[in-house]
Amino acid sequence: MSAETIQSRREWLLSDRPASRLQARLGRAYVAWRRFSANRLALVGMLIIIALVAVAALADVLAPYSPTVGDLKNARLLAPSAAHWFGTDDLGRDIYSRIVYGARWTLYVVILVAIIAAPIGLLVGTVAGYAGGWTDTILMRVTDIFLAFPKLVLALAFVAALGPGIENAVLAIAITSWPPYARIARAETLTVRNSDYIKAVQLMGASPFRIVLRHIMPLCISSLIIRVTLDMAGIILTAAGLGFLGLGAQPPLPEWGAMIASGRRFILDQWWVAAAPGAAILIVSLGFNLLGDGLRDALDPRSGDQ
Amino acid sequence: MSDTLLEVDDLRVTFPTRTGLVQAVRGVSFSLGRERLGIVGESGSGKSQTGRAIMGLTPPQAEVSAKKLAFDGIDLLSISPRQRRSLRGNRIAMILQDPKYSLDPVMTIGRQIVETLRTHEKVSKAEARERALAMLQAVQIRDPARVFDLYPHEVSGGMGQRAMIAMMLVTGPELMIADEPTSALDVTVQLDVLKILDKLVAERGMGLIFISHDLRLVSSFCDRVVVMYAGKVVEQIKASELRDAQHPYTRGLLNCMPRIGFERHPLPVLDRKPEWAA
Amino acid sequence: MSVAENQAAAGRGSARAVGILSSLGRFLVVAVTTYLGLLAVTFFIGRVIPIDPVLAVLGDRAPTAVVERTRREMGLDLPWIEQFYLYVKAALRGDFGTSVLTTNPVMSDIRRVFPATIELATLGTIIGAVIGVPLGVLAAVKRGSLIDQIARVVGLIGYSVPIFWLGLLGLVLFYAKLQWIAFPARLDVVYEYTFTPITGFYLLDAAIQGQWDVFHDAWRHIVLPAALLGYLSLAYISRMTRSFMLNELAQEYIVAARAKGLSETRIIWGHALRNAAVPMVTVIALSYANLLEGSVLTETVFSWPGIGLYITNSLQNADMNAVLGGTIAIGSVFIAINLLSDLLYRLLDPRTKIG
Repeated sequence: MSAETIQSRREWLLSDRPASRLQARLGRAYVAWRRFSANRLALVGMLIIIALVAVAALADVLAPYSPTVGDLKNARLLAPSAAHWFGTDDLGRDIYSRIVYGARWTLYVVILVAIIAAPIGLLVGTVAGYAGGWTDTILMRVTDIFLAFPKLVLALAFVAALGPGIENAVLAIAITSWPPYARIARAETLTVRNSDYIKAVQLMGASPFRIVLRHIMPLCISSLIIRVTLDMAGIILTAAGLGFLGLGAQPPLPEWGAMIASGRRFILDQWWVAAAPGAAILIVSLGFNLLGDGLRDALDPRSGDQ
Repeated sequence: MSDTLLEVDDLRVTFPTRTGLVQAVRGVSFSLGRERLGIVGESGSGKSQTGRAIMGLTPPQAEVSAKKLAFDGIDLLSISPRQRRSLRGNRIAMILQDPKYSLDPVMTIGRQIVETLRTHEKVSKAEARERALAMLQAVQIRDPARVFDLYPHEVSGGMGQRAMIAMMLVTGPELMIADEPTSALDVTVQLDVLKILDKLVAERGMGLIFISHDLRLVSSFCDRVVVMYAGKVVEQIKASELRDAQHPYTRGLLNCMPRIGFERHPLPVLDRKPEWAA
Repeated sequence: MSVAENQAAAGRGSARAVGILSSLGRFLVVAVTTYLGLLAVTFFIGRVIPIDPVLAVLGDRAPTAVVERTRREMGLDLPWIEQFYLYVKAALRGDFGTSVLTTNPVMSDIRRVFPATIELATLGTIIGAVIGVPLGVLAAVKRGSLIDQIARVVGLIGYSVPIFWLGLLGLVLFYAKLQWIAFPARLDVVYEYTFTPITGFYLLDAAIQGQWDVFHDAWRHIVLPAALLGYLSLAYISRMTRSFMLNELAQEYIVAARAKGLSETRIIWGHALRNAAVPMVTVIALSYANLLEGSVLTETVFSWPGIGLYITNSLQNADMNAVLGGTIAIGSVFIAINLLSDLLYRLLDPRTKIG
């Protein structure tokens, strides 16, 4: 591609008189992308997350050993070496392979929590904001009550009642993490509720259900995505914490938090058993934090430097 | 002490931006004795940046240069930041536009006045309080002792601006820069505040630079007027001779003002020509 | 004109008093509903989710007679709303049942272990605030400089690191390798039997009694977990301080302060930080509340006998009364700090038009 075609494409994208809806959308995405990619740390964050997804997808190819079955006889608690990059654990399993497979469980938790908590928050927030009055007061009071609770301790109590396991951990985290999304969705709803185009849709006879679903919810999506991305690190840390306490993923699942817990017994002599999964958690949550910061700065310039 | 209090020759203020350097002030020259000088221009004409450059309050990323920028014979651009600071609030003072934002919201008015005084003079707490109260009296606040203990949000805009004047005049400065001192106030209060300012300036023999977008206000209040456009001085004229202003931009500004009894249809639009800025 | 202004100002004064009263009223409503919410959630967890709440409390090895008696005592034959009423009434008396594990009333267990958690979280918050506030201020004042970058990295890692993992690594380095600190516990075994606490805060108790060897020992035990919690709170506090300070430094009154000829030091610490201090109080209080919660994981790693360890031990032994009692205890303090910081914010800021 010659420099000129690139130049003309850029001009087409940045045109202040887009000829089609598609051109306008692409142009806006391009501007956001330029702002985002100017932030080097945000790019690093995105690379980390892409790497996480790639590792999870290609775990079967990347992992040289089985994540669950080890060589109890010959390979217990080996130090890092060429054969076992991060060493082996007390059951003779290759830690590198377990971490590679663990990426799947991290993604599993993060995605499930997001698709449970975000829609709940979106629904509560938009309904409260659009309906107003008593509905608003009651829904927001409930939201505030949940916001005032200690999240980790509450999740702990939920898992204690539901029984340990990764599904219940996901459920418990989701139950404690929807309130901020409701807050954001409500705030966005309030800013558009009285705008002329919503009035126009009302005049055309659209039902409140349709207005909220088709005309208000889409507007809340971008700020919600930013907030969810920023929360991902917290979700990962909470899930890992539950796993560490033995309430999340159960053995032999290669979940990173649970791996740290099992390495705890050998921490003074075989530190690598706990070190590697912790480093994985740190890197991935750092990635989500960097990505979230970058997205916020690119998509929501108002928030500026906050 | 010479008659000239302030000499400005070829003052330039340059801001770096993403697209290159932008000159906000481009070679402004004037001199000031113990008189009232008005600087008039639209927003963006560089009038405020001129005032801030004299104060030494230009943002750190910007650059200030001048062939001469001297206050009472002191070369302001060559002295140390510390010496510059000891002039500010002491011999050169400044009043900002809106007391709602320019007074510290969590400090009582009295403490803010005392703070100026005690920064520059070694006075006891009791004496500082006495002088602050006297200053509040001088800006015609009836109950100084009560206002002394109020927070800025507890007083009206007019009283806030008088407190601001008191805060800046308490050290007895020789030069006062007033940057749109009445623009944020109710019309009814504007005149009161101006009268107080005028009286104090006259009594104390200060020099005053009055920065405003309001040509009529400036011409009724000042001895001389400097008209700025796009960072440059387009005309300097005595306030009394303003009617005979030569420059088309000044005439344009004058023509914009409504006069009672004259048909204003169609509304005149201010003419701007790029060659004035050249 | 001044007369009118005087009257207006006086009017504002009494309006403020009325405002304080009405905001206190609202504060009480919020506090009561939030606590009821907390109890409703723990009630739900303890009575509704389990298939048989009696077994959840007693375990499945309890004799049938005990099970039957407990079932009646818990009022499980009553309608839910009545059960909840009894539950709230018991909770208000501080009655959370008996712990299966320790066989004590849960409330007396909590009284015994809570000071250890408070001591840890307090020290952590002090560390976080003493380092975090100046770091945030410097990062804002020298925006874009090396120190700003360092503060940013320190903050980001603090937001991303699993605390229990950092604690384990800390033990490897400072306890096993360098031997700077003592093994995971609150005191050496020698002192456990000779030392009589007064307040339950060992550092304080040792200092009061002049037992400096105990003080030194307690310090060697608390320093690492407190530093870890301090790091978490530092990450949060420095980041928020920076953002508040940037906001304040852009205000007009800062220009006015410069025009007065004040020194930069005076402008930053005397004006900008004073204004930022009002929201900072909230931030520090919230960070304290977060540390109480963060103590669950930290105490587990450091065998610190506080409420966090109490909850996790009870969890592992399916001791539901203790788990929920502990949850209510942490939740109550958490909510109280949240609400108080909100109230404090309104009272501290002379600008707030209350009501």
